[in-house]
Amino acid sequence: MADTTGAVEVAGAADVPGGRLADWPEEVFARRPRFVEGVRAYGLIAMMWLRSTMAYRASFALTAFGNFAATAFDFVAILLMFSHVDRLGGYTLPEIALLYGVSGTAFGFADLLLGSMDRLGRRVRDGTLDTLLVRPVPVLAQVAADRFALRRLGRVLQGALVLGYALVALDIAWSPLKVAMVPLMLLSGAAIFGALFVAGAAFQFVAQDAAQVQNAFTYGGNTLLQYPPSVFAKDLVRGVTFVVPLAFVNWLPALYVLGREYPLGLPDWVAFLPPLVAGLFWLPAGLAWRAGLRAYRSTGS
Amino acid sequence: MDAETTTGFIELDDVEKVFDVRRKTGFMRGERHRVRAVDSISFRVARGEMVGYIGPNGAGKSTTIKMLTGILTPSGGRLRVAGIDPSRERTRLAHRIGVVFGQRTTLWWDLPLRDSYRLMHRMYRIPDARYRENLDRCVELLDLGELLDVPVRQLSLGQRMRGDIAAALLHDPEVLYLDEPTIGLDVVSKSRVRGFLRDLNAERGTTVLLTTHDLTDIEQLCKRVMVIDHGRLMYDGALAGLHEVGESERTLVVDLERQLPPIRLESAPSVRTVKVEGPRQWLAFPASESAAPLVARIAADYPLVDLSVREPDIEAVIAKMYESATGM
Repeated sequence: MADTTGAVEVAGAADVPGGRLADWPEEVFARRPRFVEGVRAYGLIAMMWLRSTMAYRASFALTAFGNFAATAFDFVAILLMFSHVDRLGGYTLPEIALLYGVSGTAFGFADLLLGSMDRLGRRVRDGTLDTLLVRPVPVLAQVAADRFALRRLGRVLQGALVLGYALVALDIAWSPLKVAMVPLMLLSGAAIFGALFVAGAAFQFVAQDAAQVQNAFTYGGNTLLQYPPSVFAKDLVRGVTFVVPLAFVNWLPALYVLGREYPLGLPDWVAFLPPLVAGLFWLPAGLAWRAGLRAYRSTGS
Repeated sequence: MDAETTTGFIELDDVEKVFDVRRKTGFMRGERHRVRAVDSISFRVARGEMVGYIGPNGAGKSTTIKMLTGILTPSGGRLRVAGIDPSRERTRLAHRIGVVFGQRTTLWWDLPLRDSYRLMHRMYRIPDARYRENLDRCVELLDLGELLDVPVRQLSLGQRMRGDIAAALLHDPEVLYLDEPTIGLDVVSKSRVRGFLRDLNAERGTTVLLTTHDLTDIEQLCKRVMVIDHGRLMYDGALAGLHEVGESERTLVVDLERQLPPIRLESAPSVRTVKVEGPRQWLAFPASESAAPLVARIAADYPLVDLSVREPDIEAVIAKMYESATGM
């Protein structure tokens, strides 16, 4: 018969009590908070991608510059408009620049950290998601860190430059509260966009070719927020306030900074809601992610 | 099945996986129907066993492996690996299993092989000494020494497979699942991979479960084979036993002194002459019967010059088995 020399020893090996893991230090298997584990795994994987991109330095430099230039043209378009008009939807250039800068920077951060999540559908289709599911770290962190690319800093940089211009050029009475509002907007804005990335990825578990739907909300949302709410139809403004809470990224808090009137007759205090809204938005996004992953694991496609 | 395997390291009891498949019949319109990818499968695998899991495409092999690794949740039945329910405690189980997907590398394309191993080191929190020891052993046995600093994209398929196997073993898994580990490899690479797996199983006692299309893998590695088709376990036992189940035939090739009419043996009705070519004749007889009396009878009645016995082609046996299963 065929070679079965291995089979003889197999019987003996079966008697080995316990695994070799038995002599591993206990702390390897200690239960850790999933969030901490996720952040650690994210860091490990992101570092691998950084090293991968460094294998192609010239390409990295070019795409980083391309990213910066492509987003910069966005703002150039706005500048061109202002060469013909003094106000856009009732807003001056520095005011628009504040809206643009906050949204662009916040979106840039979210895109830097979670921007590759729109590739999830592809991973589901080609089956490579399975290779992530056999690792001892959270899948969300692995998917989020996928193709981590510092070139996306180009977008952050461009947003930050416009924001910097706005802060210098704006002619308003800065109060401590208004000053504190700026970093608050950036952080909670990035969190709101981040939740949107996660929710969009969760949707792709069900509809694997929905990357463009997700992009419509993320990239599209960012473009929308670069203009004041007064130029859009009321229904659209309602939608991004109450359904997908993008209005909390910059519109509502920035209008407070600018001392402007609120859309939809909303009270002033909504300006301070962004951190809360971001937290609340992460809840359904996280649940959607879990539901999506569970659906994937029960259907496999 | 052996008595010792009744309490297995891997245990499946009536495990099922049912998919709802939606087929598009028009715009926004679809038909739903249920597919039983795995239909009430039960088996035990003892610690240290090496088992081949075979079946045609779409038979449910990959689905089973995915349930064993916790990727997929079973629709029914009970499943345990090392006492852990894989779908409930996927990440805890991950420390104890190694998985190699033959067609999907987990290595980092643009980075040297070594970097992928460093990631495993950190991700699995492998103690430093253990990591170095395991890496050194894999490097030596899989002959990876010169490849460690080569970007993975420059490796050949066989080199990459060896690299993938090493990556799956650095954290000392108690069980290794291999999905088509030799697919697309040349003969030399195949035999190297097989040799390594055999040693791993023999020396470290690692339980190995592998799916393959190449039956030579099974012949050279596994004393036990499981055949699955249409989600059902068709056979579970020694490879040799497949012949009996599959009603396979052996072939006796005889060279006579001269060209003669087809050999006819009244005393042995189960023997058929299947081919005549000049003085050479091919006789088929059941694999379960001994060839010796048959040879004696032919030698008595015919001018026999030379002879040889050909073992049944295992692929043919299995193909026959699949056919009889679908005919049911």
